[in-house]
Amino acid sequence: MTTLLNTIEHAFAKKVCVAHHDRSDELLEILHEIQKEEGFLSDAALRTISKSLNLSRAEVHGVVSFYHDFKREKQAENVIKICRAEACQAVGVNELIRDAESYYGVKLDNGGDTVSLESIFCLGNCALGPAVLYNNNLYGRVSLSEIQNMIKFNKEVQGQ
Amino acid sequence: MIVNVYVPCDAAALSVGADNVANTILKQSNGKVNIIRNGSRGMLWLEPLVEVETLKGRVAYGPVGVDDVKSLFDSNFLEGGDHSLCHGLTEEIPFFANQERLTFARVGKINPLDLNDYEANGGLLGLKNALSMKPSQIVDIIKDSGLRGRGGAGFPTGIKWETACAQPDGQKYICANADEGDSGTFADRMLMEGDPFSLIEGMIIGARAIGADKGYIYVRSEYPHAIRTLKSAIIIMEESGWLGEGINDTETNFKLSVRIGAGAYICGEESSMLESLEGKRGQVKVKPPIPAVSGMFGKPTIVNNVLTLGSVPFILAHGAKSYANFGEGRSKGTQPFQLAGDIKRGGLVEKAFGVSMEELINVYGGGTKSGRPIKAVQAGGPLGGYITPESFNVTMGYETLAKAKTMLGHGGLVVFNDTTNMLSLARYAMEFCEIESCGKCTPCRIGSVRGKETLDKIASGKNIEENIQILDDLCDLMEEASLCAMGGLTPMPVRTAMQLFPDEFTNPLIER
Repeated sequence: MTTLLNTIEHAFAKKVCVAHHDRSDELLEILHEIQKEEGFLSDAALRTISKSLNLSRAEVHGVVSFYHDFKREKQAENVIKICRAEACQAVGVNELIRDAESYYGVKLDNGGDTVSLESIFCLGNCALGPAVLYNNNLYGRVSLSEIQNMIKFNKEVQGQ
Repeated sequence: MIVNVYVPCDAAALSVGADNVANTILKQSNGKVNIIRNGSRGMLWLEPLVEVETLKGRVAYGPVGVDDVKSLFDSNFLEGGDHSLCHGLTEEIPFFANQERLTFARVGKINPLDLNDYEANGGLLGLKNALSMKPSQIVDIIKDSGLRGRGGAGFPTGIKWETACAQPDGQKYICANADEGDSGTFADRMLMEGDPFSLIEGMIIGARAIGADKGYIYVRSEYPHAIRTLKSAIIIMEESGWLGEGINDTETNFKLSVRIGAGAYICGEESSMLESLEGKRGQVKVKPPIPAVSGMFGKPTIVNNVLTLGSVPFILAHGAKSYANFGEGRSKGTQPFQLAGDIKRGGLVEKAFGVSMEELINVYGGGTKSGRPIKAVQAGGPLGGYITPESFNVTMGYETLAKAKTMLGHGGLVVFNDTTNMLSLARYAMEFCEIESCGKCTPCRIGSVRGKETLDKIASGKNIEENIQILDDLCDLMEEASLCAMGGLTPMPVRTAMQLFPDEFTNPLIER
């Protein structure tokens, strides 16, 4: 993470803050919206938020670093969120993670450019595990070949 | 003639391809079909479950894949024709027929976003009654019903409402806790996606009871479908005058908003949730003051679980007694139990308290999906204890399960087969606490890390006896000195695993 000394306002972040009337209790919503648009939360965006909401940068950083959802770096093109909770463990998610790690050559929760694997704890699909969340779509009874299909299908859709 | 065909839009059904099935049926129907997207009936092993409306009732087909659609048309399924995937009338399937559905009465039956459908199936009746009552009368009915918090703590809902009602007039809030993070639970999600109006109705009734005019539903970000459904449901209720100023031409005002979490399990703890709702770090706060006295922004606030609030409309519609007649001992009413993990018929079973674990796991659930023997069941989410088949005669209730060294929690049951390694599950419990601890109190923040490390030492066979003693001391400390249930209950799965399967901890290196 780098700290920049310039104070150029982040236009999109400013727009979102204004839409939320600069209310600090809506900070989580603001962060979600910016991350949805940009993929991650940049220094410039956080600086703009702290100014608009009249919070210290430490306070904003405290919130961002507390929640697993918020990312400070650019994410992989395909983020596969795999449920690691007990119900999915009972139907073999640990084996699925091992297979996916070796197929894509990345480690769980450890980055990746094209594909990254991220642990998530419970997707509420506990009777149809292992469960995976990908592009905000939920998948059940997932196998490695299904993960491969999801990524392939996504590529085709984007290529059109 | 155009036939009504139901294909669920519940996230679990979508996760196994319900959208593609719905589209394929529509394409092949030559305009003879009207597709209705309902919630899930809770028979998740049959998803996608397609239902066809016939003169005799709704006929069920499942699990339907895209490739099955042609043969369904060939078998004349639009008139309820026989097929290898046909299960007869949905409501006569034993799993469904023997349930006692009060909170989930409409889930799977109706289009979740059709307010007329909701009203035609008993919706809004409770709210209409409540609008003609004094707030104290509503509180009394909830107290008499014996309804207790369905989030896990089991605190009497009526007492909570009474406390908030007794606070001086002024700004008050009501919050629905939809941060359903426990593994093995999905009832909140199913209710929000399958019958969102019932949650909203329960919240309006609660708001009137305590004098709140603002409310929030705090939904976890892992539930994108539920978030979408709730936001649409709120708009529909606003447009038809059931939310906003002067509800149904009375002086009751209520503004409701959805707030989205950001992937923190701890935000299911009420004080942490209230911090998060204020846009802060979700750190647990010391009680007292309790939220009913000083909650969101320091104002009186009631925080109730989705299932608690979802039970309120029934109670107001049919009276306290008709609810309290269900149940056993101090656990009144019904509980939506959720069967998960390695289970043949996974899904949601709403039954009165007092049903045995044996019946839920083996009769409703049908044992394991893998066909292997059951080794253990974890009740009550990641902080609940393990229980073995020898103890399955325990009845489901707050007190009975606590006595059996586990807990009701949010009503989830996760089944593990005989290949499960209990030591690695115990380690996972500590690891989960490490990842999800809010970090405020030391026993939870540091204890979980030390617990994980100690279990790693045991697993590698280092000074086993000594390390088991250290782990035991650590569990004592976490139980007694943690600020909230996260650190306080993490030892429960660890300890029960050690007590039930001591060999796996004392002889971890033996191949099993």
